[in-house]
Amino acid sequence: MAYSTATRQAYADDIAAIKDKGLFKEKRFICSPQAAEIEVEYPEGSACEKVLNFCANNYLGFSSHPDVMKAAHEGLDARGYGMSSVRFICGTQDIHRTLQDKVSEFLGMEDTLLFPSCMDANAGVFEAILGQGDVIISDRLVHASLIDGIRLCHAERDTFKHMDMKHLRKKLELHQDKNRRLIVTDGVFSMDGDLCPLDELCDLADEYDAMVLVDDSHATGFIGPRGRGVHEHFGVMDRVDIITTTFGKALGGASGGCVSGRKELVELCRQKARPYLFSNSLSPVIVNATIAVVDLLSRTTELRDKLEENTKRFRDGMEAAGLNIRPGQTPIVPVMLYNAKLANDMARDMYAEGIYVIGFFFPVVPEGQARIRVQLSAGHEFEHIDKCIEAFRKVGEKYGILGLDKKGIIEKYGK
Amino acid sequence: MDDIKEVVLEYVIDEYVDEDDDIEVEADTALISSGLVDSFSMVSLKAFLERTYDIKIPDEDASPEAFDTVNSIVKIVEKYKS
Repeated sequence: MAYSTATRQAYADDIAAIKDKGLFKEKRFICSPQAAEIEVEYPEGSACEKVLNFCANNYLGFSSHPDVMKAAHEGLDARGYGMSSVRFICGTQDIHRTLQDKVSEFLGMEDTLLFPSCMDANAGVFEAILGQGDVIISDRLVHASLIDGIRLCHAERDTFKHMDMKHLRKKLELHQDKNRRLIVTDGVFSMDGDLCPLDELCDLADEYDAMVLVDDSHATGFIGPRGRGVHEHFGVMDRVDIITTTFGKALGGASGGCVSGRKELVELCRQKARPYLFSNSLSPVIVNATIAVVDLLSRTTELRDKLEENTKRFRDGMEAAGLNIRPGQTPIVPVMLYNAKLANDMARDMYAEGIYVIGFFFPVVPEGQARIRVQLSAGHEFEHIDKCIEAFRKVGEKYGILGLDKKGIIEKYGK
Repeated sequence: MDDIKEVVLEYVIDEYVDEDDDIEVEADTALISSGLVDSFSMVSLKAFLERTYDIKIPDEDASPEAFDTVNSIVKIVEKYKS
């Protein structure tokens, strides 16, 4: 037997070591729909209690929005539960086409292809459109799914320092001998909440004859005056060649993703992208609900405006309270703590104050960059935000970090 | 060997260290295991070595362990230069 008593004990010792360091990820079970206020069973086996959720990608509050749920029910009744097929065999309904068309219009792109997730979209897009003789130049902090997709492609790869346009210029100069060049970036970086300077990046792309791919998963629906994304924010909607994004965050929170962009590139994905060819088609329930989301967002900016307001209130309040937050304007607000145990301990104490947040540490973020990542939602009310700020102030005071900068926190707690 | 060490050290600092980083990189500084260079962006370093010294480093020799310090990188370059 391969899994002997000794093997089991050795693995148990590894797990005990993680617990000893205070880095054990504990289980929490949500006993309610995903929303600003949720009921949580934590620790496991205890009674569910109400807490405020500040760590979901539920940026617009659609995860349990009545209109979205109604559309999901309608999709179930009209088109059934599942397709039991990949798209190209018998897995494409008329509503899949409708959603693709609506997303194309929403993002200002020529064509769109649905995938089971943006992870799948990112896994498939590079191999479908590039090969030997081409080069992919990506920001060093792009999402793990982009890294995985780039690794699967036979094009050469290179990276540039995070959001460093001078370094990107150097790399573009270096790779002028390649057949095609593709610059890859996140629109909003998921751990830091910073915005890629997409206007400068597109200028470089034009100058050095490169295509641009943006993963806008943490932007679609709420960044830009009409929530179209980072390309709208920077006024470069016609200069981005491919956007990949998810329906699993702001756009409903269930699952699904897409590649959207120049029609030839999207068609190549339809013909060749492996996750598209080999993975099951998106459920009609999710497709219909996402159509309702895109329709709503195309009609009104009310929710993205509310999110913007909530974000400003939270950021201003946290700075006034003396917490060390990364500056920015997105609803992703990292509360920087640098020390992993501190992040874990503070998250636990925040839960006791009725605020559900999680500590992030290596390998999710670089070593020595531990944080609590707060995410605002249009579903939050001001009283929720004020309660969260007060909890951070109280817990921050307990740990003696209010008013401390990076150096001060590291001096006190180490990296 | 010292020339190679200097060239590689200069490249590593230029390519991976930001101006506001509080890091001193020397020939025996851990690069990958410290998180300064991640395994994905290591590809730039490999490409630089191959380009600069007109060598081909097989993937099995381009491990995070083999690339963890400037000193160990120099050994790889010397191996394939000869």
